[in-house]
Amino acid sequence: MADETAGVESSGATDAVESAIGEASQLAVRLESARFAWPGGDGDLIAINRLEVSRGERLFLSGPSGIGKSTFLSLLGGVVTPQEGAIEVLGTELSRLSARERDRFRADHIGIVFQMFNLVPYLSMIDNVTLPCLFSARRRRRAEAHSGRIDAEARRLLGDLELDRPALLARAVTDLSIGQQQRVAVARALIGSPEIVIADEPTSALDEGTREGFLALLFAECEAEATTLIFVSHDVRLGARFDRRLALSELNRHAGGH
Amino acid sequence: MAIVRLALRSVWNRRVTAGLTVLAVALSAAMLLGVEKVRRDARSAFANTISGTDLIVGARGGPVQLLLYSVFRIGDPTNDISWESYQHIAGLPRVSWTVPVSLGDSHRGYRVMGTTRDYFELYRYARRQKLQFAAGAPFEGVFDTVLGAEVAARLGYALGDPIVVAHGAGTVSMLTHEDKPFRVAGILEPTGTPVDRTVHLSLEGIEGMHVDWRAGVPIPTLRVSPEEAEKMDLKPKAVTAILVGLDSRIAVLKVQRYINQFRGEPLQAIIPGVTLQQLWDMMSIAENALRGISIMVVVTGMLGMLTVILSSLEARRREMAVLRSVGARPLHVWGLFMSEAGALALFGVGLGITLFYAALVVARPFAAREFGLYLPVAPLDLWDLAILGLVVLAGFIAGCVPAFRAYRLSLADGLSMRI
Repeated sequence: MADETAGVESSGATDAVESAIGEASQLAVRLESARFAWPGGDGDLIAINRLEVSRGERLFLSGPSGIGKSTFLSLLGGVVTPQEGAIEVLGTELSRLSARERDRFRADHIGIVFQMFNLVPYLSMIDNVTLPCLFSARRRRRAEAHSGRIDAEARRLLGDLELDRPALLARAVTDLSIGQQQRVAVARALIGSPEIVIADEPTSALDEGTREGFLALLFAECEAEATTLIFVSHDVRLGARFDRRLALSELNRHAGGH
Repeated sequence: MAIVRLALRSVWNRRVTAGLTVLAVALSAAMLLGVEKVRRDARSAFANTISGTDLIVGARGGPVQLLLYSVFRIGDPTNDISWESYQHIAGLPRVSWTVPVSLGDSHRGYRVMGTTRDYFELYRYARRQKLQFAAGAPFEGVFDTVLGAEVAARLGYALGDPIVVAHGAGTVSMLTHEDKPFRVAGILEPTGTPVDRTVHLSLEGIEGMHVDWRAGVPIPTLRVSPEEAEKMDLKPKAVTAILVGLDSRIAVLKVQRYINQFRGEPLQAIIPGVTLQQLWDMMSIAENALRGISIMVVVTGMLGMLTVILSSLEARRREMAVLRSVGARPLHVWGLFMSEAGALALFGVGLGITLFYAALVVARPFAAREFGLYLPVAPLDLWDLAILGLVVLAGFIAGCVPAFRAYRLSLADGLSMRI
């Protein structure tokens, strides 16, 4: 599937959005007085006065669960928009985009790694990695520019993440170990070189030994493309290796208010 | 397109449940096709069985029954018409021709019909087509026979072969006319009507083989050889039915009324087209019931599909979050589920067509033998395609339910993983 798909989207909106992301903006993410409440929820879940993340920065966000971590990531990913305030990603004010454009924007510029169950069970490892290229022509082009073909790029990334053994590639993704699945997810987040990678507790399902290796590989890959990494975890011990550490509970004034 | 391919992969990944769903849809589509096929072929076969005959005369009774035994060789005649009455009717003004028909015997499950040589000239079926001889000619001698195409083909008879007629209409008969065998004088071309399944004898032949019989059994002390029989007076005493042609269609009602009020013996005359319609009206209840059932089967198949997709929805919320995270819009998620339903419906219909033709090939000889129903293997026509289109459409409509639900879930869940 991966090698013959045209992007699901035709371009048009993309070019407008892409041109808006000038090299001028040195910030990957900027939040200003952003407030968000789920419809029907009791009050604001997110209220962030100010947050700036530079391009290429590796940011560690810590915080226990239940303080709006998922919601915060949904805001960054443009799945929801704040009721008040501004959220800019790569210089683009997300509220100004339509839901459709925000989905596009996410496809083009953001790679996401979840805590677990990252893989689509009915796709092969390679097809899981190339999945973003189905929805983003931009990432498809960039992946092709890198390795010629998107599945070659997927293999390269999997190779970097020490997953390109034929025995592994032939296996159903559901048969991979959790650590292997998380690395496949990293390859998917990185394919087509999105500017930002958001990782939501990607290591919490891994054991101690695997965790270190996983982080090393993730850092190396982000380094290579100068990718901005926003890493969310409740495990503060991991934070030492990042450029900056922030506690979401301090950042979010309303955290714990529920 | 990419979404459709994703959907196909997803379906393939769950191929056991998907396969069962496809099978359910296929069975329902095949059933719908089959019911429509039988309905329309039966209707046209019935309508095509007789044409050019203005009236059929028989003993008084139900008009449909008369039509069934005289034309379709189904059921048994109640009473005979005396030879005198026959001659009276043949001599009526406006009557331009008559063909007498005598029933009651059989040959290896095929009905034997006594008639005159005129039958082969005057009987018309479909659009006023005449019977054609594939081999031989109408009967000449008393113990000559003309076989319908199917009789000759299935029993492997050729011109000149001897055949023995059994007494009574059953498939297995204890009493046979083995002392007076008939010789195959002619074989008809196939017509797609009950003529194909008929053994035609002359009225004299019918009379001849019964000369030494009384009340349905052979007279033990009397033995008449065929040669002796031929020399006897074989003028029939009675016939079962009469096909009547008039010189003007306007006279039909008048002659019909005359025969219905005939004082000599209780007779009835039916107009074949009218009685065919009556027969059809009687069957339309069954026809509509069948149709209703097959539509319910389609609905059941669709509900099965709906259940399968809906029940997979909860387990696929993570997959939906992953797709959303790589840039899929809620509309893509909707498309994913719609494509899945559409694919199941399309594969179902495809398999259904295959099942339908397979069943048709298997059931054809049986339907022809047991019900006199000719089901030609023909390509699907526009009506069939419209039916199948409706099944696929029903699949898409059924698919809307889980697709819309998935759409709503993916909007609500966003990137959050509900584990």
